[in-house]
Amino acid sequence: MSLLQIENLCLSFRHYRGLVHEAQTSVLRGIGFDVDRGEVLAVIGGSGAGKSLVAQALFGVLPGNALVSGIMRFEGVLIDKTTRPRLLGRRMALLPQSSSHLDPMANCSSQLRWAARRGGRTIRKADAQAAFLRFGLPASVGKAFPHELSGGMARRVMMAIATITEPDLLVADEPTAGLDAGNAETILSQLRAAADAGGGVILITHSLPEALKFADRVVMIENGQLVGTEAAADFTGSGASLRSHYGQALWQALPQNAFGAANA
Amino acid sequence: MDLRVGAVSRLAGRTLRLIVVLAVVAVVAFALAKLSPIDPVDAYLGADIARVGPEQRALIAERWGLDQPPSVQFFSWLQSLAQGELGYSMIYNAPVAEVIAERFWISLPLVGTAWLLSGIFGFVLGLAAGANAGGWADRVIRLYAYVLASAPSFWVAIVLLMVFAVGLGWAPVCCAGPIGVVPEAVTIWDRLSHLALPLITLSILGISQIALHTRAKMAEIMQSDAVLYARAQGAGTLDIAWRHGARNAALPAVTVLFASLGELFGGSVLAEQVFAYPGLGRAVVEAGLRGDVPLLLAATLVLTLFVCIGNMIADSLYAIVDPRLRRPRPSRVGHG
Repeated sequence: MSLLQIENLCLSFRHYRGLVHEAQTSVLRGIGFDVDRGEVLAVIGGSGAGKSLVAQALFGVLPGNALVSGIMRFEGVLIDKTTRPRLLGRRMALLPQSSSHLDPMANCSSQLRWAARRGGRTIRKADAQAAFLRFGLPASVGKAFPHELSGGMARRVMMAIATITEPDLLVADEPTAGLDAGNAETILSQLRAAADAGGGVILITHSLPEALKFADRVVMIENGQLVGTEAAADFTGSGASLRSHYGQALWQALPQNAFGAANA
Repeated sequence: MDLRVGAVSRLAGRTLRLIVVLAVVAVVAFALAKLSPIDPVDAYLGADIARVGPEQRALIAERWGLDQPPSVQFFSWLQSLAQGELGYSMIYNAPVAEVIAERFWISLPLVGTAWLLSGIFGFVLGLAAGANAGGWADRVIRLYAYVLASAPSFWVAIVLLMVFAVGLGWAPVCCAGPIGVVPEAVTIWDRLSHLALPLITLSILGISQIALHTRAKMAEIMQSDAVLYARAQGAGTLDIAWRHGARNAALPAVTVLFASLGELFGGSVLAEQVFAYPGLGRAVVEAGLRGDVPLLLAATLVLTLFVCIGNMIADSLYAIVDPRLRRPRPSRVGHG
């Protein structure tokens, strides 16, 4: 059984056109994929493709005017209002996109402790320090406030927060945005390590080379629709073993493949 | 070292600004007192006015220096002010400093407690409303806040007086203690029961402002990335409201609270008038109506000082409470 299964996920936003007419804007249509233990699944798409919304729908943190349909299962159990509290922060955790997701008024060790408690664990000071150390952060980072951290450190703090409850599924939303190559590599290796340790990882990104280096499979989203699912290993040579048109076009468009025509 | 110099120069700058504000208020208040239609000599004489001839009136005016041009009067007042001499109150027949000190200590429990209560309740209501923005709790709290924010304080005071003192008889109708009882015989219970209605009036009026400000900030916080992240971690609304909401909304609320000291004193002037509560506010009204210029001017300056200090505290709080504005602590964390 897959760790996570998403079938026919559709998402639209309700809004008012004028004063009375209610309109719906569809942003995701028929998204479906599954993630197994030990696997890094990359979700690729340009900005505005709707890939971050998949994560938000999964964690149930969409705005109030969102309409979601489709089926999401965690180890075969339907994810809904009643089952989600048992999963969030415990079985599945989010690694958010930017350091703005940290509370500017609380220090890092408080935020780590809160995340642990929300996930049903109480941690001591030593546990917190060990968690920071695991991601190469000095113990002093616990007393630091988010604005005192560099981008790379903030990301590692969020990594420590996301993994403090040892979740089975880790969803990383653009985890390398704004990072230099060295820091990006570190974070991605850590995600890979989480998968190798038996967890499932969803890596949401816009960069195909990054995805190919660390992911096992690649799901491609464009304009809110699924446009292909490929094994990372198939992105090789001329791309002949790629099944989807979009995947081939994306592969051709990479610099090392001579910027082939991307008009899929 | 630089930081200490910065702090000193900031404090010096603020003190200078305070002095300028006080000077401007002094000039304006003095000019207004001079322009007011109440003649201090007439006000002083009261019913005896018929028995005093113009020569005697001129004599009193000369004795008080009222025959001098206004600018001379102003500077002689300023001069004695600089020497710590606030003047003599005609209507209370006591030095102004004494009257103000005495009245201030009567007003302080009223204004201070109202300030605290409105701060606490306003903040909690604002958090509750903002955390459930658009929900029924939000609607009820907003309705309450808007109604009270737009209701004149003297009107609220009169309504409370009619309902609870006159109608239900739960609270005394006036004053700070029972009438006809010597001050030594007034019990603490008497004091509290006389304090209740004016206190409630001032508190419920103060609540709405803090509540509306906190609500706006809280609603904004609830939309923030940090709250979205907390929800993704499985945090409930109460958890979020306390850990993220209260923490981030506290500063704006406290700032508004300190900045609202002026309005609170303004409200207390009216509430003390309605409840015949013998505090500073009432003394100001009396001084105004009966042409007691030294008392009126001194009270104005004292209240200005109070409000300015409140604003200064509000400004400094940001630097103390907000970690982003706190002194940078170098070498806390390296960069990498």
